[in-house]
Amino acid sequence: MSIPQLLVHDRRDNVGVVVVEGLTAGTEMLCVVTEDDSDFKLTAKADIPIGHKVALTDLKAGDTVIKYGEDIGRMVGPAEKGGHVHVHNLKTKRW
Amino acid sequence: MAFDARQVMVNAWRRENGRAGVRNHVIILPVDDISNAACEAVANNVKGTMALPHGYGRLQFGEDLELHWRTMIGTGANPNVAACVVIGIEPEWTQLVVDGIARTGKPVAGISIEQKGDFETIRQASWQAKEFVHWATGLQKEPCPVADLWVSTKCGESDTTTGLGSCPTVGNMYDKLIPQGLYGVFGETTEITGGEHLCKARAATPEVGEKFMKVFQAYQTEVIEPHKTSDLSDSQPTKGNILGGLTTIEEKALGNLEKIGRSSTYIDVLEPAEPPAKGPGLYYMDTSSAAAECVTLMAAAGYVIHTFPTGQGNVIGNPIVPVIKISANPRTIRTMGEHVDVDVSGILRREMTIDQAGDALIDMICRTANGRVTAAEALGHREFVMTKLYRSA
Repeated sequence: MSIPQLLVHDRRDNVGVVVVEGLTAGTEMLCVVTEDDSDFKLTAKADIPIGHKVALTDLKAGDTVIKYGEDIGRMVGPAEKGGHVHVHNLKTKRW
Repeated sequence: MAFDARQVMVNAWRRENGRAGVRNHVIILPVDDISNAACEAVANNVKGTMALPHGYGRLQFGEDLELHWRTMIGTGANPNVAACVVIGIEPEWTQLVVDGIARTGKPVAGISIEQKGDFETIRQASWQAKEFVHWATGLQKEPCPVADLWVSTKCGESDTTTGLGSCPTVGNMYDKLIPQGLYGVFGETTEITGGEHLCKARAATPEVGEKFMKVFQAYQTEVIEPHKTSDLSDSQPTKGNILGGLTTIEEKALGNLEKIGRSSTYIDVLEPAEPPAKGPGLYYMDTSSAAAECVTLMAAAGYVIHTFPTGQGNVIGNPIVPVIKISANPRTIRTMGEHVDVDVSGILRREMTIDQAGDALIDMICRTANGRVTAAEALGHREFVMTKLYRSA
């Protein structure tokens, strides 16, 4: 298998994690779901640092973000499919 | 065929109380902050000893003082310590620590400074320490199953790669060794926030689950609520966590919980530095998420090797317990490789499975037990940090 650019924990997740350095906008990423080793392709819409998250679908403010198959917070701004999801548009629901 | 850790042997020091130790330290332990100087002088006089300076031990009271004693006595009692010289300002509190450590059966001596001064204290303690070094260095290691060791875990400078790689590696190790009789422990009460329902569900019985929830709620009501200024967003996740791609405390908690693997359930909830008393298995300990505080508490509970997943690169060590660093982040391996013992970045490239990574960690645990110096030991990281519950009197 080729080296993936994006890993997704669970099939229910709507974000994945960039696992390579220097990812640039426009890259067609090989994405692997670690739960079952299934894969798919997705185009990155921004330069996204290693470790940071990418939206797997269009997300808008108020949407719940799912990672590990669990609720990790809500969007406070939009992210298009392939866009960067980070502290500028994702916040905890708790504090 | 199932992995049989009883077949995997290491060489360890069998202590007087039957516990297996992987280091053979002679420590000079200060009861209080003002005895640090004398302890450091003794450790300078007598090669092969180590002083453990720290910042507290005076005018503490109540539960905070009890925790101080547990940490002091537990550190001296740890099987990685062959013998111990205790130095305190006053004879009564010095003797209290000596008596606690002596219950293990190991050699321990106490010297107090009042009415003696530093010079005479250092003279007496140096003679005693030298005798202990001669005795300890004559002890021989014995074969022992790796599952006889007590192995703790806590992660630090986490990022999204810890949840993908290094934490599941520790979890896989626990899945293999705990059924064979290993004692494990995890904690970090604040970092369970957002995953508390999942953590509760991993308790061995509903009673243990309730005990965890009580500890978790107490942290929220007694620590977070009275002391927070806005919220914990500036501390949890940390700036390093966020740089590494983590966003919310929930995301951090879910990665953290990957450390306990898939199959083990925790059989008890421990107070900070409380030794496990319900036999082999996984335990939860009520600790801070600050690395040095947490590892110090787990060492004081009797754990002899610490497994430490890191993403962005935490550099922590401990004076008496070897801390094994595991990282899956290729950037950290590249920029901070001197701190990493087990490189599992192959998981991210899909070149290494979690199962292979778990085996690599077990191999590193064995090599560490057999004497391999960890990165943190080689670099001189000896962070020994008391947990303080409230202001002193």
